[in-house]
Amino acid sequence: MSTPTESDLPRLLRIDTHVATAADNAAVERAELPVVPRIVLHSSPISKWLDWVFRNLLLLCSLSVLGVMGIIFYELTSRSKLSIAKFGLHFFTGQTWDPVAGDFGALPFIYGTLLSSVVALLLAVPLAVGVAIFVTELCPRMLRGVISFTVELLAAIPSVIYGLWGIFVLVPILRLQVQPWLSKYGAWTGLFTGPAYGIGMLAAGIILAIMIVPIIASITREVLVAVPQSQREAVLALGATRWEMVRMAVLRNARAGIMGGIILGLGRAIGETMAVTMLIGNRPEIAKSLFAPGYTMASVIANEFSEATDDLYLSALVEIGLALLIVTVIVNACARLLVWSITRGSSVRSHA
Amino acid sequence: MGVGIEVRDLNAWFGKAQILKEVNMTVGPNAVTAVIGPSGCGKSTYVRCLNRMHETNPDAKLTGSVKVGDKEIYESGIDAVDVRRKIGMVFQKPNPFPTMSIYDNVAAGLRLNGFNKRHELDAAVEGSLKMAALWDEVKDVLKKKSGASLSGGQQQRLCIARALAVQPELLLMDEPASALDPISTGKIEELIFQLKTQYTVVIVTHNMQQAARVADYTGFFLMGKLIEFDKTEKIFTTPSDKRTEDYITGRFG
Repeated sequence: MSTPTESDLPRLLRIDTHVATAADNAAVERAELPVVPRIVLHSSPISKWLDWVFRNLLLLCSLSVLGVMGIIFYELTSRSKLSIAKFGLHFFTGQTWDPVAGDFGALPFIYGTLLSSVVALLLAVPLAVGVAIFVTELCPRMLRGVISFTVELLAAIPSVIYGLWGIFVLVPILRLQVQPWLSKYGAWTGLFTGPAYGIGMLAAGIILAIMIVPIIASITREVLVAVPQSQREAVLALGATRWEMVRMAVLRNARAGIMGGIILGLGRAIGETMAVTMLIGNRPEIAKSLFAPGYTMASVIANEFSEATDDLYLSALVEIGLALLIVTVIVNACARLLVWSITRGSSVRSHA
Repeated sequence: MGVGIEVRDLNAWFGKAQILKEVNMTVGPNAVTAVIGPSGCGKSTYVRCLNRMHETNPDAKLTGSVKVGDKEIYESGIDAVDVRRKIGMVFQKPNPFPTMSIYDNVAAGLRLNGFNKRHELDAAVEGSLKMAALWDEVKDVLKKKSGASLSGGQQQRLCIARALAVQPELLLMDEPASALDPISTGKIEELIFQLKTQYTVVIVTHNMQQAARVADYTGFFLMGKLIEFDKTEKIFTTPSDKRTEDYITGRFG
């Protein structure tokens, strides 16, 4: 070997700092090491330039999201100026919605959106999490694909089909079987009183639940799969039953991700329009009973936008859109706060 | 108190691949047994057969008999969950529960077994952490810090404490020090040395010096077969099988 040059230094240093093993000695004896063409390791000016382009392209993509959000917010505020000027904050607390008299209040719609979404979550979360646990932890491998595929297929059905199915199948069942039973045994809660129309808050909540099960189930499934096998083994080796293993090793570690799935489901439930419009009854009033018809923000916009002839009416509808945006932001912020508060210590990701 | 183990004609499979072939081994109580051999020789599968963890893999299959103490653990009617409650296991990669505090990590096994009384748990957690030589380092943050906030070596000692908390009859360790630095490894080895006064320990290791340092008995596995099983001095000084000699002198593996 010739005298060492500067480029040889790192290699020589490396050999100096570790005790040569038999394998090293053998390698040295065997032959000269192959010469590495070092020129390849230099980055060319063009690749630096491409790096710059790539970086700024991605920056642009990210900023465009903020831009779109800003434009939406600006449009909604500027087009609802009339209504904002006339009603101010009372718009959000007013309970009348009278286009003829020109009196508009959004509270029944906000209430309807939130209540139908809450009903949907209460029904969908246990179901979706149960499906996810079954598919990842208990299900025979052959069934696994079939079940997840079917659940995800639910997400591909257009919402107008859900609406039609609701009107022709769900509503009669509710009216004839479910609601009489509920009002017999659950009237004391105050949630199941009044005439059983079938159509109403309960029907909307159920159809929303069916629509958000796939998104919650598939996200939860992904999160459960991501829990390291070593966590499951740790619990099993302590002598846990299957359920104890799921509770201690899987759900506990995955709770942040499951919450994330629920948030996405909630987002979908809040914004869902078509199926809800077909089933909720479209009456702007606040009733405690789930049997009573209601109205949601998304539904009123879809239903009444084409009939809104005078400027104030149109402006009030746009302000409903603004209210929907604000409610969505608040709900998401609260949900994120919740996730943050339960995972402050550490999550499975920081460990895996 | 530790118990003896008696393994007879143990065969284990993953799918169609046979991992263990006709393994026979008898280990006395309160001794440390090391299991050595090259990668893929079936060492880990072997210890996982001793507490019925092997069958948690859906492809796994097994024949033969394993007696821990005087109980045959593969007898029909014996529940794998009950078997595992009496046998502690420590894994290669430290796997504390990241969402639980240090205290809850150690208490996890006890809670599974229905212990809920505060003072009993406190005493058991303290005892186990002392036994695992971790108590002094964590006693002030028991309920404040999560199990994942500790260093790798501390995490592994936490896992040992977790396994010891339920007073197992047998402690299985699957390469407990292979992910740790030399100082942590030294601590774990010292610990194993002390544990054998009260527990029967089976330890899988890649590190032959480690086997020589801590074990009373050593078994050498190759391609799923137990080639040689004897007193550790015998294995490392005058092995009776040529393959064992080749392995421990570094000629292959």
